[in-house]
Amino acid sequence: MRALVIDDSRTMRRIIVGVLRSLGFDTLEAADGREALDVLESGVQVDLACIDWNMPVMNGLEFVLAARANREWRDVTLMMVTTESEHGQIVRALAAGAHEYLIKPFTADAIREKLQLLGLVEWEVSA
Amino acid sequence: MTLAPDNFRWVVDLVRRRSAIQLEAGKEYLVESRLLPLARTAGLGDVDSYVRSIRVTAGLAVLEAVVEALTTNETSWFRDAQPFMSLADHIVPELRPAGGAGQLRIWSAACSSGQEPYSIAMVLSDLAVAGRLRILATDLNQQVLARARNGRYSQLEVNRGLPAPMLVKHFTRAGADWEVAPALRSSISFAQHNLLDAPPAGGPFDVVFLRNVLIYFDLATKRDVLRRVRQAIRPGGYLLLGAAETTIGIDDDFERVSLGRGSGYRLATRRAA
Repeated sequence: MRALVIDDSRTMRRIIVGVLRSLGFDTLEAADGREALDVLESGVQVDLACIDWNMPVMNGLEFVLAARANREWRDVTLMMVTTESEHGQIVRALAAGAHEYLIKPFTADAIREKLQLLGLVEWEVSA
Repeated sequence: MTLAPDNFRWVVDLVRRRSAIQLEAGKEYLVESRLLPLARTAGLGDVDSYVRSIRVTAGLAVLEAVVEALTTNETSWFRDAQPFMSLADHIVPELRPAGGAGQLRIWSAACSSGQEPYSIAMVLSDLAVAGRLRILATDLNQQVLARARNGRYSQLEVNRGLPAPMLVKHFTRAGADWEVAPALRSSISFAQHNLLDAPPAGGPFDVVFLRNVLIYFDLATKRDVLRRVRQAIRPGGYLLLGAAETTIGIDDDFERVSLGRGSGYRLATRRAA
């Protein structure tokens, strides 16, 4: 599994990348939506994109719309990871084509559980 | 000895760097209560000395344990997901084909802060049976029960295993928190109950959720709890346990039934004489 982490904060990218690697993902990083599209356009296979909302150049919502508009990328699972927490914003992102929505701040467990809901990480048997 | 300000700031910084969670000023009590077991395990009598010692020498595993202790206490919503899918896709269609008649009664035993009964109501909300759904949610602890009844959850809590489409459908923002919609809440009653007492009123139940509870009991107590729960289940009704739990070898009146990718325990329709 390969994940693309899209966030303009290097610190935030490092945190998310750390969690994803612990779950067995290979990771790529992009600092805004445009850079992320460049990665996809280069032909690299990506299973999951974790997407911040507020970024310079191209924001996360614009990225989701652009990614959804290209049939070649329809298998990429899109998860917003953002401080935007208004009800209406979540509805907008889902309507644009995001599959999940994680609100910052979050725990490593919260990421894992969202990815379990999305079928990208196995449910473990908790003893 | 109380936590020195510089030690508190160090812990706040550690947690923020590793989890992106910001512990606010005034959360010293949280740090002290959560880290005390770790301090004791390390042979130290108070959290301040513990933090001072790990600031100098701690390895990665210790730092992880500290962050873990300070960030994980929320129960998640669709914990394990499978029991809820089994309920919606297999149990309800079997017990109430085409919606059926009469109430569908579900008991969420040891419901803690309410995520389980609300998850049950959410997963059944689109089915024909939703209008005749009665959920009884019980817990021993009055404090968590009050939280469950309140139906108000923090941002961190709604992040835990609740699918975003369900969040926007069944919750509204209330300040910094999220509140369960009245429609969802109206199908649930909350009551205090001890699993070692007689079953609560409101039965017999079609389905009982008793998840991640038996693991804490010895065999004799497990048997005792299951005997009481059994009395509250309608013949042919289902018991859903945690992934690491079973009735096998404890109570022979239940048979293990495969339900899609998961499994449940069906109460025999005819009891042995």
